[in-house]
Amino acid sequence: MVAFAGYHMPVQYAHGIIHEHKHTRAAAGLFDVSHMGQVRISGEGAASALESLAPMDVVDLEIGHMRYGLFTDAGGGVLDDFLVANAGEHLDMVINAACKKDDLHRMRIAVGDRCRIEELEGRALLALQGPAACEVLGAMAPTIINMPFMTAADVELAGIACVVSRCGYTGEDGFEISVPGAAADALARKLLANDAVAPIGLGARDSLRLEAGLCLYGHDLTLQTTPVEAGLRWTIAKVRQPGGQRAGGFPGDDRILRQLVEGASRRLVGLRPRGRAPVRAGAELMDGDGGSIGIGIVTSGGFGPTVGAPVAMGYVGSAHQKPGTIVQAVVRGKQLPTEVVRLPFVERRYYRG
Amino acid sequence: MSAVKFTKDHEWILMQDDGIGVIGITDYAQDQLGELVYVELPEIDKELSGGSDAVVIESVKAAGEVKAPVSGTVVAVNEALADEPEKVNNDPMGDGWFIKMKITDTSELDDLMDEDAYKEYTDDL
Repeated sequence: MVAFAGYHMPVQYAHGIIHEHKHTRAAAGLFDVSHMGQVRISGEGAASALESLAPMDVVDLEIGHMRYGLFTDAGGGVLDDFLVANAGEHLDMVINAACKKDDLHRMRIAVGDRCRIEELEGRALLALQGPAACEVLGAMAPTIINMPFMTAADVELAGIACVVSRCGYTGEDGFEISVPGAAADALARKLLANDAVAPIGLGARDSLRLEAGLCLYGHDLTLQTTPVEAGLRWTIAKVRQPGGQRAGGFPGDDRILRQLVEGASRRLVGLRPRGRAPVRAGAELMDGDGGSIGIGIVTSGGFGPTVGAPVAMGYVGSAHQKPGTIVQAVVRGKQLPTEVVRLPFVERRYYRG
Repeated sequence: MSAVKFTKDHEWILMQDDGIGVIGITDYAQDQLGELVYVELPEIDKELSGGSDAVVIESVKAAGEVKAPVSGTVVAVNEALADEPEKVNNDPMGDGWFIKMKITDTSELDDLMDEDAYKEYTDDL
């Protein structure tokens, strides 16, 4: 167990990180992610209030649908990433544990007068991810079977009123289940009773998302990275981009809109070290020719159990971002040849109907 | 296994009759580290002083060093670990050995723990 954002969390359960990782991609992994913040914003002005803080389209988000978004600051840097779902009467958000206090504070100051902001402190969050997740959860509630990817609904599971979203952080098909805290233990045990399901810790959570090319706030996304630099321009709907009906109007819009038009000077890329040595966050990246010029930095890295090799993500100067470019990663004073590659490292298997 | 000695950093050394010591990490260590994914072995003929870094090891989550329990010269390395680092986890006291060294001064072994002392040591951790 380790301390993580003020919570006590398991890095792994009995079988170890690699086993848990592989199990998730082969069957179903159950993650307790209750440390994350669940926030409900309501009132007529809720959607436009959120749009004033994030470069995304919330106003036209259909009921039952959800989106991935970013809070930005005046410099265009990222303050946090989150999911937001339109539940009809309100918007439901899931925000990072380490950022939730600051996010809530900032939201209350900026838009607390335009909408109601509630932290749902009594709720737990479980994630069930993997190719068997649908069958396992579907046995409890057949209505989830055909839920499209990135939708959410009220679903009763084992007699408990839950909110189920078809989304996740592994690149696999899966669901996130918001459940009243008092019922979470019973629900988790019921899910674990299925042979296909194994409990998964933080270690495998990280290796799974890394292989899927998904950003981790605090590593790949920070105040020093803009959404465009992070390869997340797709989160900025056209309506918020230059020429769009609701262009700009979020913190850092000057810089971000300019980058959308002109491009950014650096970019988050996938990295495949050529050898077997893992290249980890913080490792410097040098140019591929003489290895004498610093051209970037690794922000996430480790071993990918499904890939069977080291994988990493990092920022490189735009001159080096083309897939196939060879750069040098500095590890223990040595330069290790590393190839720039497209993300993800493992094909994403989201439910497409 | 009565000839095996242990360090506080969970390395073991087994002295052979010819003055060569076989070196690895203990079951306790491999359990703490988790599955190894990478091992970087030293060159043959490398001279190591007791307590210095001998081998770099990486598990999924972190990198670490295996230290030479005593001073000596590397005479053999377990090349199989390059392709199968998990041998260390599966058989830490046998197939998972890292290096063999010609020991310079066998009296350095006296500073190490025997099996009983090591067991007591890990029980207290």
